[in-house]
Amino acid sequence: MTLYTQVTANRQKSGFYLVLFTALLLGVGYLAATYLDRPELLPLAAILSIIQGFVGWYASDTVALAASGAEPVEDAHDGGQGERLHRIVETLCIATGLPKPRIFIIPQAGMNAFATGRDPKHAAVAVTAGLLQNMNDREVAGVLAHELGHVGNEDIRLMSLVAVLAGSITLLGDMVARSLWWGGGRRRNNEEGGNGIGAIVMIVVLVAAPVAATLIQLAISRKREFLADATAVLTTRDAAGLISALRKLDEGEGAAAKVEVSRAVAHLFIANPFGGLAGLFSTHPPIAERIAALEQGSGMR
Amino acid sequence: MTPLIITVVVLVLIALWAAGTYNALIATRNQVDEAGSDIHVQMRRRYDLIPNLVETVKGYAKHEDDLFTKVTEARAGAISANGGGINAEQQAEKTLSGALRTVFAVAENYPELKANENFMQLSKELSETEDKLEAARRFYNATVREYNTRIQVIPGNIIAGLARFTARELYVLESPEVAEPVTVKF
Repeated sequence: MTLYTQVTANRQKSGFYLVLFTALLLGVGYLAATYLDRPELLPLAAILSIIQGFVGWYASDTVALAASGAEPVEDAHDGGQGERLHRIVETLCIATGLPKPRIFIIPQAGMNAFATGRDPKHAAVAVTAGLLQNMNDREVAGVLAHELGHVGNEDIRLMSLVAVLAGSITLLGDMVARSLWWGGGRRRNNEEGGNGIGAIVMIVVLVAAPVAATLIQLAISRKREFLADATAVLTTRDAAGLISALRKLDEGEGAAAKVEVSRAVAHLFIANPFGGLAGLFSTHPPIAERIAALEQGSGMR
Repeated sequence: MTPLIITVVVLVLIALWAAGTYNALIATRNQVDEAGSDIHVQMRRRYDLIPNLVETVKGYAKHEDDLFTKVTEARAGAISANGGGINAEQQAEKTLSGALRTVFAVAENYPELKANENFMQLSKELSETEDKLEAARRFYNATVREYNTRIQVIPGNIIAGLARFTARELYVLESPEVAEPVTVKF
């Protein structure tokens, strides 16, 4: 498989997951409305998900950047890391034809990076100070090309969409649980025992839906990582640079990539992200797998 | 009556498709032109930096007149080749790059020049501009590849043929990762 076919395959799979996700949401809503005899659940969930969507769509980048403690960096022309970062990003933006995103540095020693924003025009990339310190220009360019890959592939937008859907399912699950708690007794009184199977189905759905949603969300972000890696190599034409950067991130089973806030941010944006966070390495597929895919794609094997 | 209606509908659909395809091709071709002008922005920046570099080096390396003439001529050659087709442009740029490399090689013999702040700044900006130039060419190639594919595949080639869209040339990229097979050393 070359990088080009991988790009196509990843896009198709992402589309498939998205359809599945929507079907799941509608399925849970339908089951909840039918078995609990409370048709108002479905429109209520839809309205809440729209509100969620607006917040996630317009404020996700601000939340992500604030949660990671990222600070905006000016191009100071002082030969420092800020200037270096701006120079590398500018070059990559020329190569990809993307507008220059806002640039942030996270003042931490671990090596990590992420991209956020709702579309390429409103994108931001953030890297840790540790990453800038420990990586050479080719490696930093590889990492940033990966992040710009997320921007250019509009992952940051798709991820907010997925996050909104996942959020709705979880919320719907909560509402159903509450209905079951309060409404279940009422129904049992009305229709003696006739609701037993329905209740079991509902419990299965309640447990399964959030789990499935989380799994699909993980699968989507995993695919996106491979796709962003592929895009990064198309941008820099330097697979070796990205591979070397990934090896550094992998050192000590990813300990090198650890950032103090990463758990909080990962929890906030991966499990319950509400928006366009992509590229946090700790939630990515095993780095060895990504390196293998890169080596295969660029004909090194 | 019915066959007439079918014929008219089919003709209208074909006309709409042709217009849509034509417009898409125009948009892609404009993208290619824009990508091309991005390359020239970086080239011009490079031309602007070179006289400063020559002046700075002259201050320290007074006996390298041949070299200065060579660089100045290469720069003039590159400027006049600008817009004269990718082949001529790349040839002139190659000569210019070679001349610049000689300047930096010669600078190695003058420690004071190497320590000069102005010189350091200029060489940094030049290498940055060369990186950006390479990046702009890569983007141009990507855009051209899309454009060429669009006008060559069925059914786009029908419209492209009728409206005389012609394939564009690609830049030959000099990045070592492209030129030779990648070897990984860790």
